[in-house]
Amino acid sequence: MLTDKEAKSRTESPGLSSTGIKHIAKLARIELSEQEEEKYKNELSSILDFVNKLNEVDTEGVEPLYQTTGLIDSMRSDTSRGEFNMTEDLRERLIGQAPHKENRFIKVKSVLNK
Amino acid sequence: MQNFTIKIAREALDKKELSAKELFTHYVRKIGQHEDLNAFITTFDFQDNQSKGSLQGIPCATKDNMLIEGTRTTAGSKILNNYTAAYDATVIKNLKEAGVEFLGKTNMDEFAMGTSTENSAFGPAKNPHDPERVPGGSSGGSAAAVAADLCVFGLGSDTGGSIRQPASMCGVVGLKPTYGRVSRHGLIAMASSFDQIGPITKNVHDAALVLNIITGKDIFDSTTVEKPKEDFTSSLTKDVRGTRVGIPKEFFASGLNGEVNEQIQKSISLLEKMGCEIKEISLPNFGYALACYYVLVPSEVSANLARFDGIRYGYSSKEASNLSETYFKSRSGGFGPEPKRRIMIGTYALSSGYYDAYYLKAQKVRALIKKDFDDAFKNVDVIVGPTAPSTAFKIGEKASDPLALYLEDVYTVPVNLAGNPGISIPCGLGSKSKLPIGFQIIAGQFQEAKLLNVAHQLEQCLKQ
Repeated sequence: MLTDKEAKSRTESPGLSSTGIKHIAKLARIELSEQEEEKYKNELSSILDFVNKLNEVDTEGVEPLYQTTGLIDSMRSDTSRGEFNMTEDLRERLIGQAPHKENRFIKVKSVLNK
Repeated sequence: MQNFTIKIAREALDKKELSAKELFTHYVRKIGQHEDLNAFITTFDFQDNQSKGSLQGIPCATKDNMLIEGTRTTAGSKILNNYTAAYDATVIKNLKEAGVEFLGKTNMDEFAMGTSTENSAFGPAKNPHDPERVPGGSSGGSAAAVAADLCVFGLGSDTGGSIRQPASMCGVVGLKPTYGRVSRHGLIAMASSFDQIGPITKNVHDAALVLNIITGKDIFDSTTVEKPKEDFTSSLTKDVRGTRVGIPKEFFASGLNGEVNEQIQKSISLLEKMGCEIKEISLPNFGYALACYYVLVPSEVSANLARFDGIRYGYSSKEASNLSETYFKSRSGGFGPEPKRRIMIGTYALSSGYYDAYYLKAQKVRALIKKDFDDAFKNVDVIVGPTAPSTAFKIGEKASDPLALYLEDVYTVPVNLAGNPGISIPCGLGSKSKLPIGFQIIAGQFQEAKLLNVAHQLEQCLKQ
């Protein structure tokens, strides 16, 4: 984990670069045209500028908050609840949504190019 | 026929002045007459629900991000244009058991991301008070439908104000319950640690009636909290004399429209006349709430929307020649600009080297914002102020500036960051604009009874 000061230094670069937006779009599996790249680069940079104001807050020693109502380890017993019984009809409702399929199998394109 | 509240419709149905089918048909006709509002994405036929519950025969409109088995559910997105729900959301199951009739699914900002309903892939919904203006968002379709009396009540979801802000702009009541009060099972997720379903209604009494039906621990949502069953209508009429009402000074510092402020001050004076004790309070980190929200929500969005891969359901590009292209082309072709923006912001905030600087930092600030509320509620019973900084704006007016639209939620977002319940009730029209203004009341976690009590009492006084 970085210290507050180290973390802050990461946010001080001036906006996103063209390589930066390309990298993020790739991580997010979103294809952008050159025009879109320019548009989102500017929009995202101004949003990042806006959220950088969080650096003004002193959070030294503050524990991050992930769950607002204080639930911890909300678990159920490891037994079958029998809430869903897999029937032909339910299978069709679930797998039937797939855009490409064969019988009860979902078809995917090849991972590697031939 | 009159503008039906649940109570009035219940009485008319019980006295057999009209049948459930007649009431349903009446609303189908009205929806047809108001197609220009673009409040609905999908409408249904009469289902003749025979469940003998308290809402039997009451027609309802739900936001199109809640699953109703066997029907189309789009979340306002092209990527789910042809999606058919495989099961009922828990809230839908509860409402079906209570006897509700579903009129249809309402228009919304894509994946509930927006404050104007202009981000819908199905065109913007319009404000019944002025069709050139937005109804607010993201539950703009439900708020417009309730305001134009195209249903008896509606359901919305609220991640940063998406129930309260459109309710404010359309002049209706919108309640966001405490996080964990209402199951999110079957709600298409935007930001899971924020999202909460709640009623949009014509008065506070109706909001309490709907809340009675939809709350409770759910085995399908482990963030729901076990609480003793309450009748939220039972405390509505309690005297509010002596109630300590907090006014955060930060709400009135800057950015609040003059005519909104004018009406909010009037309501605060009314509360004082009703015997409430008005106290100025401070929420020191209020100014950081929006920045905190716009790191955390996009982060959760980027994770939640990763499931849209063009493989299991939803839009799939026909141009892809390998698996990687299926992802890239389906997501690029299926998502609109705002989901793309938020997915990328979130991806950035969570990416290696930036996680501590953005995501972790924001979670720490979130802890401070919640502490501000916890500290305030040691000295007051409710906190009040405006729901939104201005009245409904013109369609297209803010469309080119994402940040300007984000600012719409400045008063509602802190409540979601802290997990508390909040309600918006109409408190009058702007002196110049003649457009509705919403008054927001916020209570401590799981204090909905107190929240609704104050809201109902103020609503009665405002009527006089």
